[in-house]
Amino acid sequence: MRRYSAFAIAREALRYHTGWERAWAAPEPKSEYDVVIVGAGGHGLATAYYLGKNFGITNVAIIEKGWLGGGNTGRNTTIIRSNYLQDPSAAIYEKARSLYETMSQDLNYNVMFSPRGVMMLAQTEHEIRGYQRTAHANALQGVQTEFISPQRVKELCPIIELSGPRYPVLGALWQPRGGTARHDAVAWGYARACSDMGMHILQQCEVTAIHQADGQVTGVTTSKGEIKCKKLAILVAGNSGVLANMAGFRLPLESAALQALVSEPIKPCMDVVVMANTVHGYMSQSDKGELVIGGGADGFNNYTQRGSFHHVEETVRALIETFPIISRLKMLRQWGGVVDMTGDRSPIISKTPLGNCFINGGWGTGGFKSIPGSGWAMAELVAKGEPGELAAPFGLDRFKEGRFIDESVAAGVAH
Amino acid sequence: MLLLTCPCCGVDADETELAPGGEAHVTRFGAGASDDDFEGYLFHRKNPKGVHFERWRHAMGCGKWFHAARATDTLEVFGTYSAQVLAPPKDLIEKIKLKRPDWEGF
Repeated sequence: MRRYSAFAIAREALRYHTGWERAWAAPEPKSEYDVVIVGAGGHGLATAYYLGKNFGITNVAIIEKGWLGGGNTGRNTTIIRSNYLQDPSAAIYEKARSLYETMSQDLNYNVMFSPRGVMMLAQTEHEIRGYQRTAHANALQGVQTEFISPQRVKELCPIIELSGPRYPVLGALWQPRGGTARHDAVAWGYARACSDMGMHILQQCEVTAIHQADGQVTGVTTSKGEIKCKKLAILVAGNSGVLANMAGFRLPLESAALQALVSEPIKPCMDVVVMANTVHGYMSQSDKGELVIGGGADGFNNYTQRGSFHHVEETVRALIETFPIISRLKMLRQWGGVVDMTGDRSPIISKTPLGNCFINGGWGTGGFKSIPGSGWAMAELVAKGEPGELAAPFGLDRFKEGRFIDESVAAGVAH
Repeated sequence: MLLLTCPCCGVDADETELAPGGEAHVTRFGAGASDDDFEGYLFHRKNPKGVHFERWRHAMGCGKWFHAARATDTLEVFGTYSAQVLAPPKDLIEKIKLKRPDWEGF
């Protein structure tokens, strides 16, 4: 792999950009791999990358039904934060956030990580208390957050309306090193690094059956033929239940549609990410100038990547009250993704009833921010066969044992 | 926008009038059940990519619960029926089978 650098740009400029090579290869599948990873989204690619980097396992295929990063990795609102209440969540999300800090250098690919700061508005008395508690918990966990006053909110984000009649801003939980990154670049950067290590990324290759013998996975049938594997890792977000069904076990998950939308591009007007959980909307400004807006998930099972219009309407209605400046903006695009939600709104990184099959899913509405941490923890699970410190609390057994990581209560919303 | 006909009051209800209630016909396990059964009752749902039977409440209308058969991969609604039954009516199952010959059945 030829490294990207300022020198490389100068060199290519001199020869009319004829020397750029493909970022990743498009190989034909081999008949067998040490590890087959289903799902070439952020989580699958990150798992493959850390399998190679941390454990030296490079005989890996990453199989993707559609195109690379075309699922939720390309559909989220790109927010990165780690201000969680529960210790296991804070640990894995902070691991992910800290890996984002150096990801561009690590992958030699500009993922445009922008630690511009994330604020979560407190708009009720309960939220003030809840976020103060989270700030104290974060201090103990080593996550840098603080509870800030409405005046400080106004300084950080001047376009905000503090004294709205229904949703006044009473304070905020502020994480200065949270922010955003370019979501596609995260997938592309990992893919390029994986391909460089000799891994095979097989796009437009759908898994249609999972074969097993004596409680072990032996291989998968795909639209490009049979592929044998010594270990299987499933990281397919909204389709986790479908793959688990093929493998013959059930997961405590339900799939629903989550939506986002962007406005027409305008001049820079906000340089932080603002989340308003009471009204369930969040907003940041992209480098192109579009306001990126996310809303709530539908309450019913849905695999269509289309959500209900009234959720968009509710989100926009609430945000207009908090940001009156946006009331005349036109919305350019609106889209949906299928998220898999667990009962406690925390993810699953776990062994399965099949000995050499591992699952990573249930990230619900918070998958993007966790990509590097999730891949790091999943790679350790797949390589060693046992979860490490980060992954251990997220096992499937927690639902039987009642050992929940209850972030739905902690955050008050899906996140 | 999802439209369901409430079998209790007969109104063609818009999604904003309705509250989703999750999978229907879940077998209840309580005191004395095994850990596996209780876990399954609480957390394991079919979550199919296809035909799904579910509970809805006509929250902003007559207030009554009812059942609906719906496809989660196309958002097609096959029909709605009373909440006072333990399984979907036979004629509804036949109707779905005609439309989806590959469906494994209820």
